[in-house]
Amino acid sequence: MSLKKLALGVAAAAMLGSGLLASATPAQAEDSVYIPLLTYRTGPFAGSGTPIADGLHDYLTMLNERDGGIGGATLIVEECETGYNAQKGVECYESTKGNHNGAVVYNPFSTGITLQLIPKAPIDQIPILSMGYGLSATAVGATFPWTFNAPATYWSQMSAIIKYIDTQDGGVSGKKIGFIYLDVGYGREPIPLLEQLAVDMGFEVMLVPVGVKEMQSQSSHWLQVRREKPDWMIMWGWGAMNPTAIKEAAKIRYPMDHFIGVWWSGGNVDLNPAGEDGTGYMSANFHATGTDFPAIQDILTHVVNKGMSQASADTVGDNYYNRGMMNSVLIAEAIHTAQTITGNVSISGADMRVGLENLNLSEERLAELGLAGFTNAIRVTCEDHAGAHPIYLQQWTGSGWNAVSDWFTPMRDRVRPLLEAAAVEYTADKPDWQTQTCN
Amino acid sequence: MLYREAGQFKTNYRADQAVFPIRQDFIGIAALLAVLFLVVPFTFNDYWLNAIMIPTMIFALAAIGLNILTGYAGQLSLGTGGFMGVGAYACYKLVTIFPEVNVLIHILLSGFFAAGVGFLFGLPSLRIKGFYLAVATLASQFFLEWAFGRVAWLYNYNPSGAIEVPNQYLFGVAIAGAPASSVTRYIIVLTIVVALALIASNLVRGRFGRAWMAVRDMDIAAELIGIRLLPTKLLAFSISSYYAGVAGALMVFMWLGAAEVESFDINHSFLILFMVIIGGLGSILGSFLGAAFIWNLPILLRAMPKYFGADINAATVEHVQFMIVGGLIIFFLIVEPNGLARLWSIAKEKLRRWPFPY
Repeated sequence: MSLKKLALGVAAAAMLGSGLLASATPAQAEDSVYIPLLTYRTGPFAGSGTPIADGLHDYLTMLNERDGGIGGATLIVEECETGYNAQKGVECYESTKGNHNGAVVYNPFSTGITLQLIPKAPIDQIPILSMGYGLSATAVGATFPWTFNAPATYWSQMSAIIKYIDTQDGGVSGKKIGFIYLDVGYGREPIPLLEQLAVDMGFEVMLVPVGVKEMQSQSSHWLQVRREKPDWMIMWGWGAMNPTAIKEAAKIRYPMDHFIGVWWSGGNVDLNPAGEDGTGYMSANFHATGTDFPAIQDILTHVVNKGMSQASADTVGDNYYNRGMMNSVLIAEAIHTAQTITGNVSISGADMRVGLENLNLSEERLAELGLAGFTNAIRVTCEDHAGAHPIYLQQWTGSGWNAVSDWFTPMRDRVRPLLEAAAVEYTADKPDWQTQTCN
Repeated sequence: MLYREAGQFKTNYRADQAVFPIRQDFIGIAALLAVLFLVVPFTFNDYWLNAIMIPTMIFALAAIGLNILTGYAGQLSLGTGGFMGVGAYACYKLVTIFPEVNVLIHILLSGFFAAGVGFLFGLPSLRIKGFYLAVATLASQFFLEWAFGRVAWLYNYNPSGAIEVPNQYLFGVAIAGAPASSVTRYIIVLTIVVALALIASNLVRGRFGRAWMAVRDMDIAAELIGIRLLPTKLLAFSISSYYAGVAGALMVFMWLGAAEVESFDINHSFLILFMVIIGGLGSILGSFLGAAFIWNLPILLRAMPKYFGADINAATVEHVQFMIVGGLIIFFLIVEPNGLARLWSIAKEKLRRWPFPY
């Protein structure tokens, strides 16, 4: 009987006890900026999510340790585990948005979560920075004042990859291009553009969707690839899908140097399992890898070597680690810009929006930050929340990445009209959608 | 002392068979509802309403649906997630095709689409029983998931494959979509859930419920006393799916605001099955208890380290939480296989004799 009492006690505690939790918010710092990080270190996407979470967390922690925050405001950094699950992501958003005088920005690191947060952003007045992912149409700043996807949209990126293919082996016209993608919002996002380009540039598209459940068993998908022999393969994969696809491609002896991944399919964690077999595989990128930057050295000194990070020193400088860090660089720079423009030290979400919209990460500023040559200059405007910034392709050498192309710009003239059309379509059934006028 | 029915004489069958035959129960429920309707909306903050109250209510509704099918009619189903999806997608299509009709009507109508699909997948239940039926419902789950992901018409050819809730108004007050306040959505969810729960508790104690229980306990005996098996089972399937469908529509329109296929995957079916099992098979109250327990326990566990001031990173908490929830489920099944509802009825027995137990 005592066991039953215990059970009753546990049940009662679980159902009622959480009432005490609401008051558990820690005391406020003098001047602070609260940045909740939606990260994932568990589940099938942990392989990709963990280095990104480390990079995000470590750069902001480094700013706290080295400079005492940004412009006199301490950064309160808090991770919330989403597991790449949209429902959990929304729960994280709801549970963190009001803490510490309000969150200033969200980085969902999931297109699915981004899609759910886009309509919430204008209501809660918290901008979303979906750096190089999310809904491509949110690049149209006039329609989406609260959402940013610099440095480039998926559509820009897809156009860049096609542009690269067009310079190889006598052009893209008449070729067959296989598109293998994770069959969720993220993977489907670039398809409209790909199909449009196929018509415009005269190539054939073969779609190979991979469901989340089949992520780790792709033999049938690659059998289809072997049968239909596409000239090029493009991949929009994430998490456990990436290493599996690369291993399967190696198994059917698909020419690796004709296999190009999105920038989310180019982590060291993705290629290490294939190792030498993956040699030649390419992926898009918009920042450098490695640790040869003063800012990253500072992270090692102030954070990682002090044991304040969950990352081990040898994973710092990996592609995804630097991706997460790059995201934090954009956040930090936007906070700095917002402080300069509005004069507030503890900025609000609305201030942050101004900061993001006037973000100007020039070559000089990058050098000042200790990141000279880390990425191309990035500039966000009211009209263009992504900017068709140049990107480059990197190639796997068997143990690391090597830049295989110069920085080159996506096909802005082709993509922008499509983005604008998509933005119009998005708001078509939303009569009270909040837009802004750009001068 | 307080909880005694001594002196409450029933003078007719009607009174004897009331939903709440004991006056204290009636007062208790009325007080609880008063708190839920009048106190909670004004005292709870956004997070409490959005992350705890609304989802608990919605999952409780889905659990009632599954409980009707599995707990009362004895037909094991693993397709609840899919049926919830039918409700959600149906509601989305209805809202986009007939935008002039109020979304609340659409939510209640969308349950009928789910009921129709449930009816179809319930057809094999006359021939297939027990585990084999569970496999058949699993097939429905996979088929529906496939349809939500592949039939582009269902999500209006949205390139991302997600369904998004357009803003909806009732008398100028936003009731769905991003501008709708959590208080408004909470009251809508609560009203629908309470109304449907009352209907369910009336259903299960009436003729239909008794027929379902007879079928559950021994279908041959039920057939011999004149219960037609197929209509009874199909009715259970349809009504159960109606509840699941309304829960699915509420989930997307009143809670999440947008959804993709993943929101209705097999894990959801299992989640709701756990709620029913932990809460108590064949109990409407158990559906609420189970939903509250399964949904809020992880939230509580996640918040626990922060409450005690321990700085444990989010991922570790997540891993620990998986283990604790799993362990607790097994613990409960061993200690109280009849679920939380049974614990409550034991507590009630004790209360009657308190403070002089014998």
